[in-house]
Amino acid sequence: MTTVHDMGGVHGFGVVEEEKDEPMFHAEWERRAFAVTLASAAPGGWSLDESRFARESLPPTQYLTSSYYEIWFAGVVNLLKSRGLVTDAELAAGHALEPPKPGIKVLKAEDVAATLGRGGPTERPATAPARFQVGDRVVTSRANPPTHTRLPRYARGRVGTIHRVHGVHVFADRNAIRAGENPAWLYNVRFEAGELWGPDAQAPSAVHCDLWEPHLEPA
Amino acid sequence: MSAHHPDDDHDHSHLDAMTLRVKALETVLTEKGYVDPAALDELIDIYENRVGPKNGARVVARAWSDPAYRARLMENGTEAIRELGYAGRQGEHIVVVENTPGVHNMVVCTLCSCYPWPVLGLPPVWYKSAPYRSRAVNDPRGILAEFGVELPADTEINVWDSTSEMRYLVLPMRPEGTEGWSEEDLAALVTRDAMIGTGLPLSPEEVPA
Repeated sequence: MTTVHDMGGVHGFGVVEEEKDEPMFHAEWERRAFAVTLASAAPGGWSLDESRFARESLPPTQYLTSSYYEIWFAGVVNLLKSRGLVTDAELAAGHALEPPKPGIKVLKAEDVAATLGRGGPTERPATAPARFQVGDRVVTSRANPPTHTRLPRYARGRVGTIHRVHGVHVFADRNAIRAGENPAWLYNVRFEAGELWGPDAQAPSAVHCDLWEPHLEPA
Repeated sequence: MSAHHPDDDHDHSHLDAMTLRVKALETVLTEKGYVDPAALDELIDIYENRVGPKNGARVVARAWSDPAYRARLMENGTEAIRELGYAGRQGEHIVVVENTPGVHNMVVCTLCSCYPWPVLGLPPVWYKSAPYRSRAVNDPRGILAEFGVELPADTEINVWDSTSEMRYLVLPMRPEGTEGWSEEDLAALVTRDAMIGTGLPLSPEEVPA
């Protein structure tokens, strides 16, 4: 999906502003939005890829004018509504109006540390040999799907070199749309700055992206 | 909480829109039994108080003082970091990239805000901001200058865009004048930004007393 979330190389956003002694959260609602988002994955049953897709699917004007945790909040509300776990009427009322669904998984306080400690590893067993090896030249897909993709637009249709083979990992592009994990070989691909940015490139420099086998063809 | 605390249920007049909306969602989810409020408190406490860049600083200091650990860290970052007790969400797969006299590394996520939580905690606002995400890949030197980092013109800058679940941690160069320092003293030189690549470690003279 190419929308405003895919920001690499876009001009006009201005300078990076550091905040001195920045607090971890800037308001109590940010703390709660952060925690509600993490905890809702248990009843919701969605993957990290789906939650990313929910955030980047916000209307571009909303995305660009929202703070980070406003984006998180809008994303998790959309996911919860899509699963029928909350309704607009309930959000407006600020109270439950319908009985809970049966058999819902809940993250309990005593399980939080262990759940975070496990995380969600994405490596899977290989079922086929890797198509590319370190040093191979590859060209990236030019596809511009209307759904989630982890191939940034600045790196589409570009030639790079396989820098590292990460093993076989859940293919985010498919997993985000609930089309299954479709594990695929994941590679770190090095792009020379000149290949990405032409005459404006700051040399010597390079950008490394992690891309899956379906993103790549031999160059 | 006092009866007149601004968060009180009966005093919505002072609350801004996001406070109200988040509170409404949390209440609905809690009433339906979908979330455990104590679990929310625990999640917040972990990331606000227990996990942060001190973890990463310990990893870097260990690598600076123990060549065998450094070798394990470069070979398999995830496992070597787990040795020190840091693992899990947003750190399931960690690769450590090493700065050298000729190469400087810098980490970004242009698509969202991927960041190695177990070693750095939650990211600062600037890391998640449009200016950083847009410019890190094509204007790394401009960003470094804004962070006060000047590198020799022939230093190669490698930018790592976190486009998968691999997370990147920069191993900065050990500052000069630290021969014989303990791991704990070395860790005090390792800033968060040095591990993202937008900063360099403190020099011995810069260490806060």
